[in-house]
Amino acid sequence: MSISLRQIASGARAKIVSVTAEGEIGRRLRDMGLSPGTEVEVLGRAPLKDPVSIRLKNYTLTLRNNEADFITVECLES
Amino acid sequence: MSKPNWKLEKVATTTLALAGNPNSGKTTLFNAITGSRQHVGNYPGITVERKEGTINIKNARVKLIDLPGTYSLSAYSEEELVARNYLIDEKPDVVIDIIDATMLERHLYLTVQFLELGIPVILALNMMDDVKKQGLRIDVSQLSNLLKCPIVETIARTGKGKQELIEVALKHAQEQGNSWKPLKISYGSDIDLALDDMIEIILENEFMTERYPARWIALKFIENDREIISIGKQTSNVADQLLTIVEETKHHCLRTLNIPPEAIIADYRYGFINSILKQNIMIQEKSRHERIALTTKLDKLLVHRYLGPMIMIAVLYSMFQITFTFGEIPMGWLESFFGWISATVTTIVPEGLLQSLLVSGIIDGVGGVMGFVPLIAIMFLMISFLEDSGYMARVAYMLDRILRIFGLHGYSAMPFIISGGIAGGCAVPGVMATRTLKSPKEKLATLLTAPFMPCGAKLPVFLLLIAAFFSEYKAQMMFSITLLAWIMALLVAKLVRSTIIKGESTPFIMELPPYRLPTARGIFIHTWERTWQYIKKAGTVILAVSILLWAAMTFPGLPEQEINQFEDARQVLHSTISDSTELEQAIIKIDNRQGQSALRYSIAGKIGTSLEPLSQLAGFDWRTNIALVGGFAAKEVIVSTFGTAYSLGDVDPEAAETLSSRIAADKSWNKFTALAMIVFVLLYAPCVVTVVATAKESSWRWAIFALVFNTLLGFGIAVAIYQVGTKLFM
Repeated sequence: MSISLRQIASGARAKIVSVTAEGEIGRRLRDMGLSPGTEVEVLGRAPLKDPVSIRLKNYTLTLRNNEADFITVECLES
Repeated sequence: MSKPNWKLEKVATTTLALAGNPNSGKTTLFNAITGSRQHVGNYPGITVERKEGTINIKNARVKLIDLPGTYSLSAYSEEELVARNYLIDEKPDVVIDIIDATMLERHLYLTVQFLELGIPVILALNMMDDVKKQGLRIDVSQLSNLLKCPIVETIARTGKGKQELIEVALKHAQEQGNSWKPLKISYGSDIDLALDDMIEIILENEFMTERYPARWIALKFIENDREIISIGKQTSNVADQLLTIVEETKHHCLRTLNIPPEAIIADYRYGFINSILKQNIMIQEKSRHERIALTTKLDKLLVHRYLGPMIMIAVLYSMFQITFTFGEIPMGWLESFFGWISATVTTIVPEGLLQSLLVSGIIDGVGGVMGFVPLIAIMFLMISFLEDSGYMARVAYMLDRILRIFGLHGYSAMPFIISGGIAGGCAVPGVMATRTLKSPKEKLATLLTAPFMPCGAKLPVFLLLIAAFFSEYKAQMMFSITLLAWIMALLVAKLVRSTIIKGESTPFIMELPPYRLPTARGIFIHTWERTWQYIKKAGTVILAVSILLWAAMTFPGLPEQEINQFEDARQVLHSTISDSTELEQAIIKIDNRQGQSALRYSIAGKIGTSLEPLSQLAGFDWRTNIALVGGFAAKEVIVSTFGTAYSLGDVDPEAAETLSSRIAADKSWNKFTALAMIVFVLLYAPCVVTVVATAKESSWRWAIFALVFNTLLGFGIAVAIYQVGTKLFM
């Protein structure tokens, strides 16, 4: 089942299905390695629940919830 | 050497450009290679700095360029444009691409773009110690074969591999002879076909081919690269032909795959990288541990929902404490040092205009500023530590949500903090730190509001007035002033972001680098660079301003008639008072009165007096006006001008105590005048150097806007405080 990265709970793992953003946001997300097939783990969220920090490709990335909305993922068994 | 020896130099120079992602250890490597021989230069016309260093190896001269860190070679940020245009226009002999070997996959994304451009590249696989700690092994020779470029393993922190890196780079430069061989990656049949068509058109028309490789131009058109397309459109109408093909391809891709072409290109690049990495390049030998585990553990605490913000406040507060506790000691030394110079000059140079210029104009002016150097240096030292350790990125992460409410960005936190957000910074480096902000709108809002912060130069004014009127509440007052600065900065940011610079917020997509213990060298170089900026300001702008102010406060001198009147008064005293101490004191009183009359008679005095009708609304008299006008040149000038304006004469002008008690005793001052003055100094026009820096980061229009707007805002609030305060409570 494909859902947005925003909906993934802290500590859960997921695999990227697609990144639908175009233009600058799309470019920046792809520059940071968010490409289909990549596995990500949600590490946690900032004090006000936004932005979210995720781990992928052996490093930690943070992005806002409304940027996470562009990323469709499928849940993985943790 | 590869480059023709066209300059009249004995040895040819090979230019090596250091490029790589942010946090790849690029600057550390640059510092390790160039060491103390480095020459740090600002390049006029380029807003993002790039550093240059020269080293001599055997009989070769090597010029090393430290390009800004970038994740990609697209044209979305200034850093990317600077890096890309440098590579294209100045064609360095070799690009040394520095890669954090623990994040090979992501870092190779930039490498692939260098290879596609065709520029000779060698890789520095950095942080090889971390690779081992994580239990990984990298098959370097295999990777080198597959990427078809030399690779050197390095550990930038210890300098390991730097020698080999330069040797390999020089050898590669010789072999390649500055010929570019672009790598061709397949992006799937749709895009490949479009590329072929476009390349044909480009070559036929020689469209921009003298500057860029043909395939690269075509690729950038499909990637919808703003810069290349706009340059192309200006060049010829071939651009329109290309854009037609781009449009068709885009429609086709969206219809069949529902993915825009630029995403397909990125996916194929990652595919290319993965096809290489899959060939057993990275082998997990042992289970991972150490640094990554440490970073995860630390982050559990440091960005914890409740503990995180509390720790952040504690860290920022202790920075403030440490700066002042340790800064005061060397500050005292410098003060006595300048006091000594002052005294020496006074004895050597005969009394008169020259002595007055040297002592009151130059030494007091510049000395007052130099006195803050230790404070500023300690603060920069700690900020550099927080930056290099990786904690600053966490601060941006935690504050992003709050700053966004006010139309700002997580990255705005840094410029605010450097400008004095925890008291004692400097708006000049703060304004320069706004470069990390990608969106011009959020950057502008940060630029306009960062100068509200209580910078190191405003502090003496606050300390003086607090000592005079609120001495029981020192700490509380300082804290409230800092808090007020933040509130005003956020509110004004919100105001401008919802009126004159309206617009969507920019993405916050930021790497949280692993925590690292910063290297002492890195921190010292960082600190020195910033402190030097400040010292340069003291040596140039403030020196000039001090002389100017001195002249304004000295000329024209009192008319002879008045001087004679004071002289007569002294004569009368000499003949009437016999007790010598009593006589001396009476004479000093007359001297002070004469000093004050002279000041009032001078150009500065006339300006101050002419502003008085307006400034009286906030309770400021002509002497305060002189200080505030001088303070526009540099806030440090306010206190020293006060000293002169309150005609302390020969009484030690260094002793702020004396000055503060004098102000406290002055009838024209009360608590509300002091409060109005504190708020005005906090908010009014940024100093000249900040205005220049703001203009450099944005435009003169905005710099002048900041000047006028901040002054009006400051004055408005100062008037309100004074009027309401004196009417209601006095």
